[in-house]
Amino acid sequence: MKIKIIIPTDTIHNPIIAESMLETNVLLNIMVANIDSTYGELIADVKDSQFNRIKKALESKGAVVAVLDQPITRDEEECVDCGACISVCPMKVYSFDENWSLCVDDKKCIQCGMCIKMCPHGALKLGE
Amino acid sequence: MVEKSVQEINTKIEDGSVNVVTAEEMVGIVEELGAEGAAKEVDVVTTGTFGAMCSSGLMLNLGHSEPPIKIQKIWFNDVEAYSGVAAVDAYLGAAQNSDVRGIQYGGAHVIEDLLRGKEINVHATSYGTDCYPRKVLDTSITLEDLNEAFLLNPRNAYQKYAAATNSSKRILHTYMGELLPKFGNVTYSGAGVLSPLSNDPEYQTIGIGTRIFMGGAQGYVIGNGTQHSPNNGFGTLMLRGNLKDMSPDYVRAASFTGYGATLYMGIGIPIPILNEKLAASTAVRDSDLVTEILDYGAGSRDKPLIREANYAELRSGSVEIQGKEVPTSSMSSFKNARKIANELKEWVNNGKFFLSMPVEGLPRDRKVKPMKQTQAVPLVKDVMSDFIVTIKKDQTVRDAAKKIWENSFNHVAVISDSGELVGLVTAWDISKAVAENRFDSVETIMTKKVLSCAPNEPVDLAARRLDRNGVSAMPVVDTQTRVLGIITSDNISKLFARRY
Ligand code: SF4
Ligand code: SF4
Repeated sequence: MKIKIIIPTDTIHNPIIAESMLETNVLLNIMVANIDSTYGELIADVKDSQFNRIKKALESKGAVVAVLDQPITRDEEECVDCGACISVCPMKVYSFDENWSLCVDDKKCIQCGMCIKMCPHGALKLGE
Repeated sequence: MVEKSVQEINTKIEDGSVNVVTAEEMVGIVEELGAEGAAKEVDVVTTGTFGAMCSSGLMLNLGHSEPPIKIQKIWFNDVEAYSGVAAVDAYLGAAQNSDVRGIQYGGAHVIEDLLRGKEINVHATSYGTDCYPRKVLDTSITLEDLNEAFLLNPRNAYQKYAAATNSSKRILHTYMGELLPKFGNVTYSGAGVLSPLSNDPEYQTIGIGTRIFMGGAQGYVIGNGTQHSPNNGFGTLMLRGNLKDMSPDYVRAASFTGYGATLYMGIGIPIPILNEKLAASTAVRDSDLVTEILDYGAGSRDKPLIREANYAELRSGSVEIQGKEVPTSSMSSFKNARKIANELKEWVNNGKFFLSMPVEGLPRDRKVKPMKQTQAVPLVKDVMSDFIVTIKKDQTVRDAAKKIWENSFNHVAVISDSGELVGLVTAWDISKAVAENRFDSVETIMTKKVLSCAPNEPVDLAARRLDRNGVSAMPVVDTQTRVLGIITSDNISKLFARRY
């Protein structure tokens, strides 16, 4: 499953991701990381069975953990299959099939919201 | 030599013996039979395109009210239309945004809502005359209530369109969609192999009076479009069609984030294959159609050319820019373009659509001119202060305080040893550091993410950037990010005070 880990300012100087991984032996596959000196946000993939363990460890060190379980949805009535969304998605969720219809591989979605602003037809939504 | 006439083809449509193919299918046919063989075999090639066509709008007539009104200003669902044409005619532009809902809803949305049978609120005002005494009108209408509702689109069906990318460091919101920073993506528009004008680039069969597929109905080419520029392959068409006969499958409102409303139109043009020359031109492939990839990062009219690319490359999903594979996005729908070409093919095959020869051709020798501007656009370098206080990043807070005090200047640009801009320190930053008893290097207290601008940027753009970021000044830097001066909101307000 995909999870979002937020590292607040007061813990940003501690290596809490590495510590949690060592402590629990759970491996996180980090897909996106935005970290600077004041704040950190990571998107990672983790095995469903190991989620609770790593969540506990991260939270005990001050991180906030959220499950990304509501991927992007597309309103097929509104969508015109233009493909505008394809190039802005960092996770390559969108592609064309051989008939130039849009395919949405929503399992890869990390809910970043980039595609929503791109879609000229308001066909894409998060959190529904 | 093959010579056919439109009359002969129409007779074949009538008796059901006509041979119609789409422009996509024509590629293979000409490859196999050659242009002459294909010209003998095929009578009509259908094309299609479906994309954002901002230069579209609805000419409508409301009928007269009791008491009558000579409308001067009019709004449909809070979107203003032009009504300086007689009393109850109005032109609603697709790209006009709502006064209330902003860029989320515009003329295009009103047009789609009408087409879907929805009720539209109308508000109109006037000054009142003896023959038209009424001054205010409020009512609601549906498409059926209008006497006439014609789409009159000044510029549709671009032959091809330049693709867009962005070299700058921020996301740009444009009519070509979101352009990601540092060449993060490329967006393009146009149906390539199916593009109507690209299949008859010499306009042998497309001109005033050509009957076409327009928004799911039969419409007409009524002339060249505005900004028609055949000399460099950017021809355009002006179109007219009855909205009442159209289908919302092919007339779709859209809104680009940060840009505004636009209308997606579905257009298809049948090309009669009168001779082998037309057979050859309708065999055009994506790889034959070359367009430019332009850099929207500069924000001015003359966008720098990054490279050329053909539609086969653009449609492959990525193109190479400066050694990097950059993903591409289409803003127009190829799937719908294909659907239109196929639907038009069905119409002709079923005897529902007959071809027409133009009564007049389109101009073939023209190039679009830029605007004549009588007021020069002021540039950043014209108004900036070329005096700016700089400080090396390893100097101390005390040094910075001294410089500010000596020069009575609010901003100090922090530079590296080689002179590049690395940060900005304001009098406020220094007071804060002093209050906190921090006197180490300025590097530790400066703002690192500094906005900057180029000397040749129009002042309007710089002002917009200051405003958007809520800051009062930014350094002016050259291409190597060496500091040349500073522009402040003070400089800008003085300029505008001079202007008005
Ligand atoms: S929300 Fe982000 S990851 Fe998900 S589909 Fe949109 S762009 Fe891709
Ligand atoms: S950008 Fe919107 S309309 Fe275009 S293909 Fe993606 S979801 Fe569909």
